[in-house]
Amino acid sequence: MQIDLGTVRNIAEAHRQTPGGLMPALHAVQDALGHVPDAAVPILAESFNLSRAEVHGVVTYYHHFRREPAGRHVVQVCRAEACQACGAEALLANAEKQLQGCDVTLEPVYCLGLCASSPAIQIDDKLHARVTPQRLQALLSQLEVAQ
Amino acid sequence: MSAVTVYVPCDSAALAVGADEVAEALAAECARRGLNVDIVRNGSRGLFWLEPLVEVATANGRVAYGPVQAEDVAALLDAGLLAGANHALGHGLTEQIPYLARQERLTFSRMGVTDPLSLADYEAHDGWVGLTRALQMDGAAIVQQVLDAGLRGRGGAAFPAGIKWRTVLGASAAQKYIVCNADEGDSGTFSDRMTMEGDPYMLIEGMVIAGLAVGATKGFIYIRSEYPHAIATMTTAIRRATAAGFLGDSVCGSGRAFELEVRKAAGAYVCGEETAMLESIEGKRGIVRAKPPLPAIEGLFGQPTVINNVISLASVPLILARGAAFYRDYGMGRSRGTLPFQLAGNIKHGGLVEKAFGLTLRELLFDFGGGSRSGRTIKAVQVGGPLGAYVPESQWDVPLDYEAYAAMGAVVGHGGIVVHDDTADMAKLARYAMEFCAIESCGKCTPCRIGSTRGVEVIDRITANQNRPQQVHLLRDLCDTMVNGSLCAMGGMTPYPVLSALNHYPEDFGIAAPDRQAA
Repeated sequence: MQIDLGTVRNIAEAHRQTPGGLMPALHAVQDALGHVPDAAVPILAESFNLSRAEVHGVVTYYHHFRREPAGRHVVQVCRAEACQACGAEALLANAEKQLQGCDVTLEPVYCLGLCASSPAIQIDDKLHARVTPQRLQALLSQLEVAQ
Repeated sequence: MSAVTVYVPCDSAALAVGADEVAEALAAECARRGLNVDIVRNGSRGLFWLEPLVEVATANGRVAYGPVQAEDVAALLDAGLLAGANHALGHGLTEQIPYLARQERLTFSRMGVTDPLSLADYEAHDGWVGLTRALQMDGAAIVQQVLDAGLRGRGGAAFPAGIKWRTVLGASAAQKYIVCNADEGDSGTFSDRMTMEGDPYMLIEGMVIAGLAVGATKGFIYIRSEYPHAIATMTTAIRRATAAGFLGDSVCGSGRAFELEVRKAAGAYVCGEETAMLESIEGKRGIVRAKPPLPAIEGLFGQPTVINNVISLASVPLILARGAAFYRDYGMGRSRGTLPFQLAGNIKHGGLVEKAFGLTLRELLFDFGGGSRSGRTIKAVQVGGPLGAYVPESQWDVPLDYEAYAAMGAVVGHGGIVVHDDTADMAKLARYAMEFCAIESCGKCTPCRIGSTRGVEVIDRITANQNRPQQVHLLRDLCDTMVNGSLCAMGGMTPYPVLSALNHYPEDFGIAAPDRQAA
């Protein structure tokens, strides 16, 4: 896969003067490329006058940053307490089963802030609350995915 | 005919159950019928079981309908929605819905009432009154108001906000900062999110006042990445407030500067700990710092920094506007004012309940919450987020007050209340608490980093009945080490849910009644 390192350079340049600019830069890289490729690390390190190890440390510390591209869709199922109290574990198991072999990244998330309307999931940028197993199945069936 | 104003919330929790689709259907159906409507996207009233909650402005007040789905729109219009007519989904006047009418909405008085991003709406509903008063006072006088109001940190630690502010005021530095901790990672909490999505100018006003009080000219709002709507709304609100002169080089023409910036977190729960958050804003891994130095002396970029939770800062405009005594007169003991409690999990009427300290969990669970959503018996209630204790029924009549909760080994925390019915397996939940700590530990201190992993293993051995009495003893010993040896609340409070589960529900760990005393 071709990685657009020019974009990374521009982002690094735009944020290098910002105090604490590495985090906004990493967000910008991920927003632009869908993930933070390893090849971006030395570029960012040089711009921010950090070691590659330091940048690598930041990228890998935070759950939000991906080092590999995600699938065609990202499905996040909340498994924090409020959602657990409303059947989130079963929902996650169902999603795992239904999405097996699909080009979809399925991951747990720890609280989407919809705890009064549990269980909650997020599919790409869209939030869904009070998700029943039937609703989950319908939502996942609508995804365009290569089996 | 003049346009009828219809409100359809834009809060995440409304969007997650179809509010956008309702707004679209309403606009399309009204256009088709030639009806003149003005659709306002307001914040949420916090009655989440009724979302999407559509309101119609009538001569008698706003009339509520909910939960409304897009396919209900045509029938609602047929029934006379725009005149506030009766319908199966109708709830009468919004203000008279008992859940709302019984609350004491001080901080949340505008929530769901206004268009969150409308400066005109904010001003028309007592916005900027606190700031206007603060601009006529010196820093020490503002700090005194916050001290006198008895406001304590709403993030969970309940440290008196005024004392923090006084320390920063007294520190001399070329640059001081105000940092708003909006890394609301606790399950069962959403009051910060609602504030940022539903009343962002209130938070901005509170932060400007904090800046004026301590002499800080720059503020950061650290918002979790799981809250994209809050980030978007806050960013737009900051831009508009700056354009209108409430932020910038000369706040309201006073010649005093205060600027604000949103920083996006990246999914690390421990960054809700204030020093880990500072590290993250500085662009580093969110590793907890040892204290001292206190952030108030040496905080962000090594400068004196006020760090407060969203709700702490959002409570400030009202305190300045109405006076410290007004706020202090709510509450009990040393817990002054109100707390936006958040009813979540397996509860029939989940939502936001702002009440003065001193009400009981039982009142919240039944008078407001209406019991469990599943209709089964409520077994355990976790108060104060993932690091809060499970509170059994025998303690549901204890008043919600920081000291009363501390006395029974529990915490009020950020006011999140997660309800579990009798299908909950408390050993599983205790295991989850340790597992969560292992996933989210920053790794700096051993009790948290290693203890959490050992905790999972020990609980597994207890439930598998491998040497159970010894393992229970070991778990208690481990929890003692974590409580007393961890650097921050992550490792230091993970034992709260674990031990409360073990103490109050030993049977779920396979411990029979006779062992109960030992357990």
